[in-house]
Amino acid sequence: MDLGGINPAILIASLMVASVPIILAALGELVVEKAGVLNLGVEGMMIMGAICGFATAVITGSPYLGFLGGALGAACLSLVFAVLTQVLLANQVATGLALTLFGLGLSSLIGQGYVGIKPPLTGTVPLGPLADIPFFGPVLFDHDWMVYLSIAACAAVWAVLKYTRLGLILRAVGESHDAAHALGYKVVRIRILAILFGGALAGLGGAYISLIRVPQWTDGITAGAGWIALAIVVFASWKPWRVLLGAYLFGGITVLQLNLQAAGARIPVEYLSMSPYLITILVLVIMSSGKGKAALNAPAALGQNFHASR
Amino acid sequence: MIRLEKRPSPSAFWQWATPILAVILTMIAGGIMFAMLGKNPVEAIRTIFWDPLFNEQFASYSRPQLLVKAGPLILIAVGLSLGFRAGIWNIGAEGQYIMGALFGAGVGLALYPVETRWVFPLMVIVGVFGGWLWAMIPAILKTRFNTNEILVSLLMVYIAQNILASMSLGLLRNPEGGGFPGSRNLSQIPAMANPELIPGTGLHWGVIAAFVVVIAAYILLQRHILGYQIKLAGQAPRAARFAGVSPTRLVLLCMGLSGALAGMAGLFEVAGPSGQISIDFNVGYGFTAIIVAFLGRLNPIGILLAGLLMALTYIGGELASFMLGLPAAAIQAFQGMLLFFLLAVDLLTNFRIRFGTRKEAL
Repeated sequence: MDLGGINPAILIASLMVASVPIILAALGELVVEKAGVLNLGVEGMMIMGAICGFATAVITGSPYLGFLGGALGAACLSLVFAVLTQVLLANQVATGLALTLFGLGLSSLIGQGYVGIKPPLTGTVPLGPLADIPFFGPVLFDHDWMVYLSIAACAAVWAVLKYTRLGLILRAVGESHDAAHALGYKVVRIRILAILFGGALAGLGGAYISLIRVPQWTDGITAGAGWIALAIVVFASWKPWRVLLGAYLFGGITVLQLNLQAAGARIPVEYLSMSPYLITILVLVIMSSGKGKAALNAPAALGQNFHASR
Repeated sequence: MIRLEKRPSPSAFWQWATPILAVILTMIAGGIMFAMLGKNPVEAIRTIFWDPLFNEQFASYSRPQLLVKAGPLILIAVGLSLGFRAGIWNIGAEGQYIMGALFGAGVGLALYPVETRWVFPLMVIVGVFGGWLWAMIPAILKTRFNTNEILVSLLMVYIAQNILASMSLGLLRNPEGGGFPGSRNLSQIPAMANPELIPGTGLHWGVIAAFVVVIAAYILLQRHILGYQIKLAGQAPRAARFAGVSPTRLVLLCMGLSGALAGMAGLFEVAGPSGQISIDFNVGYGFTAIIVAFLGRLNPIGILLAGLLMALTYIGGELASFMLGLPAAAIQAFQGMLLFFLLAVDLLTNFRIRFGTRKEAL
């Protein structure tokens, strides 16, 4: 089955790969925002994850340690955000921007020795005969383990937020920090942990870009993926499964435009490359308009700092 | 035990002292970073902050650069600061800067080879319009559809960059350039150039515009009802609504103004120091201006000083990479660090730090 030189099975398979970084980063940010914190530094944390993961993988030779390194590196950066906003009560929007500016600078500083190096390969998960099923084999059963992990993470975040006490506390902190504080929950501590979790997931997403999706290191490799992840959270109305949907939609457009570029479509390359951003804006508009559909689901204390005066 | 006590009103002393403290802390932390890179930290800091101004060998080249780099930073930062004060976050100044340059340069190049001195003023007007138009997209989406202006304005930067690439490879490419990407060199066409007005100072029309804008913004904020409304909307949005301040109007005004100023900065840059439209003619002034706006405490006079300081780090950074082999990215990280420290020490403005156990509540 061929559509103008584009094989749909390969298209869907690469769509799943393209959306993994966004899924991971957006899930992390979703948890952070559910706790009432707006961390606009996703882009910075992702690119730190990308370089830390890349460097770790190249040095140790193990992509698995690489992903761990990426998560750790980004979590360290998010700790800066946590301290600034939760302990020193800095403005969250400004601090998030600072995180991105600093992350972009620091990553290209660390990455200087790593330009042009190939990272160790991450193999696909051996699912044996399943991968040989026509159409469904390449689409579903011929991926690296991170693809499956991203879906599992989505399920886990959904289950924890919906069914566990931990999720309930997290949401309480995000809806009304004063009430949560009055009930005896440690608002600041919970938020710091949420920020660290968000950082680690953004780092995993970044490491996925530099280790599997591209795979190499160049400055500014994340190319706005962190911002798109932020937009996906709004698109998803703070619901984990919709994050998956939004990320696949976005991944689909990215892959489609890349395929069109390769197939030599008549549309100039630049206009194809800007399409993911255009579509993201369009989706944001659709989700935000009408009786504030998306905004209705936003955690009530989003972006507000908490200072226990009593 | 350390705890924080909210001040009844922000401390006037710390409002001015925090930026200075932040710069000192950044120098210390930056020094540590440079030391980790194997450079002598004292020498690196001196090369960045002292040599561009006072070293006999380099100062003659570096001093004019100070105004060249500070001009666009101040222009953009003043515009951004108005929005930031009102709680309207335009972080896509980089895109508006690009579009201003594209619009202005496009008009100029369309009129090539007309030789009249009216071409340049026309380019400025169209450049301002281009930046304004690009900022109006997130502004109108915000007011009409309640879309988050932070995300949209930022995503528009990536779109602007792609348009820039397309333009410098296609429509605006120099037909006599032998197929190389990039437009004609505007700074070498007398009717379109934004020249150095007084030789050896770096002063061009953009710098003059920056000074005018600083004064205008100062008057706006201190003496004009609109400035009052901007401040009110930022500090007490609910009170502002009751006082009849229209949020829609404020969003359109603040976004439009910051976009127009960013567009103006872009046009002055492309017609002057940078010279031509090319794929990478933008160097991130739109993002650095965010740091400048905060370093200047969102105050026009403060932004003027902060813009000069930030320009110094650019020039000093170039000098340091030339003299000491300090990577250019280190300066970018250094600038980011400055914003961190600034936000951190800002705590002192609004809170008192108390030691010892808490007294009984009144």
